[in-house]
Amino acid sequence: MDQLQNYLFIAAALFSLGLFAVITRRNAVAVLMGVELILNSANVNFLAFSRFGGMNFNGHVFALFVIIMAAVEAAVALAIIINLYNNYQSINVDEASQLKR
Amino acid sequence: MSELLFWFMTAMTIGSALIVVLHSNLFYSALALVVTLFGVAAFYVFLWADFLAGVQVFIYIGGILILILFGIMLTNKISSVNISHSKFHQGIAAVIVMGIFSILGWMILKTPWLHIVQQEPSQTVGRIGRLLMTEYLLPFEVASVLLLSALIGAAMLSRKAN
Repeated sequence: MDQLQNYLFIAAALFSLGLFAVITRRNAVAVLMGVELILNSANVNFLAFSRFGGMNFNGHVFALFVIIMAAVEAAVALAIIINLYNNYQSINVDEASQLKR
Repeated sequence: MSELLFWFMTAMTIGSALIVVLHSNLFYSALALVVTLFGVAAFYVFLWADFLAGVQVFIYIGGILILILFGIMLTNKISSVNISHSKFHQGIAAVIVMGIFSILGWMILKTPWLHIVQQEPSQTVGRIGRLLMTEYLLPFEVASVLLLSALIGAAMLSRKAN
């Protein structure tokens, strides 16, 4: 637990899993959950570098801003998802391709 | 003792993240996401970021996750099938993601990281508040405006058009 590498590996694993969810999930809410995993992995990285790079608290402020962004993104994304559901009766991201036709 | 706790939290976080990514029932994925976010909050505590751990529990688990659960319940039958791509596509994605993970792991192992040993700070909230009011004042204000505009935008978007 006193090794920077441990935290970086955990963050890399969370990032990979989140990316996997974003690629493979078809449900828009599940894609959103993958994005949350990716943002969390970025936060773990910020705080790990903040602690092992001399504890100068800039990483903490950045992580705080990332959490704010995540809240904003979740609210707007859910509004979009509910709109999608009203228009298509499903939230399958593959079916929302009206602009492509 | 705390070493043991660290590895237990690691196993719990990664395991529940696997459930989030792979479970076929979306509701169980959301519940596993609660465990993952708690595990990440525990890592924040290990990284001496107690304030951020509290913020994580309040905003992520208390706010974002409730929003996601609302999204699931409003738009989905709970036991809907077909929320993931086929096994073939999952295989391709798994290969790509494993490649990215191994590149990241190789980078982590090969880089000679700087390691500055520090004392654990007695308190973090005051330091963060001071930084927010001096060096990061402009981003702080911009974030508040962004929150307001996102609030209005989300309310506009989710209203029924008439």
